[in-house]
Parts: sequence; structure tokens; C-alpha cells
Amino acid sequence: MFRPVVRLSTSGVRSLTRTRPCYSAPLASRCYSHAKVETDEEFDARWVTYFSKPDIDAWELKKGMNTLIGYDLVPEPKILDSALRACRRLNDLASAIRILEAVKDKSGPHKDIYPYLIQELQPTLIELGISTPEDLGMDIL
Amino acid sequence: MLHLTTGRVGCLLSKQAVVALTGSGARMSSHGHHEVSDSVDMSQPMYWDRLDTPLPDRPWKDVLDSTDKSLKQKEKGPWTALSKEEKIALYRLKFNHTYPEMKRPSHEWKTVIGGMFIFFGITGLVVFWQGHYVYPPQPPTFDEEWQAKQLQRMLDMRTNPIEGLSSQWDYKNKQWK
Repeated sequence: MFRPVVRLSTSGVRSLTRTRPCYSAPLASRCYSHAKVETDEEFDARWVTYFSKPDIDAWELKKGMNTLIGYDLVPEPKILDSALRACRRLNDLASAIRILEAVKDKSGPHKDIYPYLIQELQPTLIELGISTPEDLGMDIL
Repeated sequence: MLHLTTGRVGCLLSKQAVVALTGSGARMSSHGHHEVSDSVDMSQPMYWDRLDTPLPDRPWKDVLDSTDKSLKQKEKGPWTALSKEEKIALYRLKFNHTYPEMKRPSHEWKTVIGGMFIFFGITGLVVFWQGHYVYPPQPPTFDEEWQAKQLQRMLDMRTNPIEGLSSQWDYKNKQWK
């Protein structure tokens, strides 16, 4: 980031009038951030790993879920699967059902996302014995 | 101990949030509060019902009776052994409102629109009363007769004869064109 500035000072005043607001260094002619962009797969893997911690505690589950729901996305089934299993390890059925409610709400107007998630999570739901809010009649007022 | 009275919480948050956090929360959740006041103890983990934060810091019901405790014990076993009612009971122990309950529509809009119209009505009455009791008598220039004479005078002096008033008057036949 400092290299273009050095070049500007050595090339003299003449080049000042010709430069664009972003210094015309040969390396970076645009002022974009150089941070590495995380791919979707990396994001998913990171969160699956987070919830897969064998001795995850209740606080970490809460923090993880609240953060995840704060993102502008609906989590992939594999992340939710990991989170539901974390609930199982913590003997917390209520939170498991809450997670399902939360992702349904996250889908917003896209009504086809939640059924897809449930379809993908069905083996896990059956294995762990988690009932969906719909099964328990909690999806209506 | 940090205390936040309902009043102060009220100015920061909407009324509904206050009810969620304080009213039914601090008082009725059998939290073991021995205080009679309405204040929320902000130094303790709080419960909340929020769409964007699904898991609050503490469960809804902290103080469990023996049936609750035995249910919690059963929760440690396979969840396939739990009946639907037991699952619902477990949910209700941990959470106050479900998501649909959180998102339930309120009737507040009726109060707002109704209040608006009431104020329009009151304003209308005030304006009417004002027109009757406050305004001075109308100047003579508004009388029908005066207006007619005024118009005749304007036509006589050929006001705006090209494009305006007098151009619309037919002087020969003494009528509007």
C-alpha cells in the first residue's frame, strides 16, 4: 500500500497532475481490499467444525447460533446438522427446535428454503428424535 | 447491582420489547426475584424473545419444580422417548414465545389511525369554532354586490384585454364569450 506513494514522490511534481485520485502504481490500480475472500465451502466447513466440537458448551452453542443467524444467509443443512448434534450433546431439545424456527424465519419470503432444509435434515431429525415445530403444532399461533 | 426501571427501559425500547423483557419476564418467570419493584436487574443474564437472536442468555423458567426437573432428566436420554406434549413442555420451559407468537400482528395500527382521525376531528372543531367566534367580520369587498360592481369596473377599464379577463368578455353582446 505504501509503495505507490514512494513512487509518486520520486517521480516528481510533473506526475502529480497526471495521476488519478488512486495512485497509478503498476501493481494495484484499484483501491480494493487485499483481504482473502472466504469461499462458501470454507465458510460452511468453518461453521461445521465449530459446532462439531465434542465438548461444546451451552454458551458456545448460543454464541454460535446467534452469530450465524445474524449473517445475511440461511445456513446450509450441514451446518444445521452439526448444530443440532451439538444440541443433542448438550441435552437441549428446546434449542434444537428453536434453531429450526430461526432458520425458517431467516428464509423470509422464500418459502421453498425451509422445506428443503427439513428434507435434507430428515435423517438427522429422525435419528435424534427432534420434532419440527410443525409436528408439534407450534408453527401456528 | 445494576437496575433499570421500566420507565427508562421504555424510552429506549418499544413498549412490546419492554413487556417482553420486564413485565412477563422478570416477574412471572419465577426467577427467584425477591424484589417488588418493576426494575430489571441488568447484571444478571437476561431472557429475550428476538427473531434475530434465537438463543437468549438464560432459559425462560429458571426455577424448576419437581415435574420440570424430572422432565429435564428425561431429556438427557433419547429424545425419541419423549412424547409431543413433553417436547412442547421442554420448549416452553426454555422459551416464552415461539417465533409465530413473536411475529403475531398487533392491533396498534388501529389505535394509531383512530388517534389520527380523532385529532383531525378536534382540529376541525377548533377551526370551525374559530371561524365563528374569533375571526373579525368579513370585509365588505366579499359581498356579492360589491364583487359584481368590481368585475364591471374591471371590464370597463379593459383589464388584460389581449389574453386575460377582458378578452373573454363580448362587449357587443354584453356576455362572456
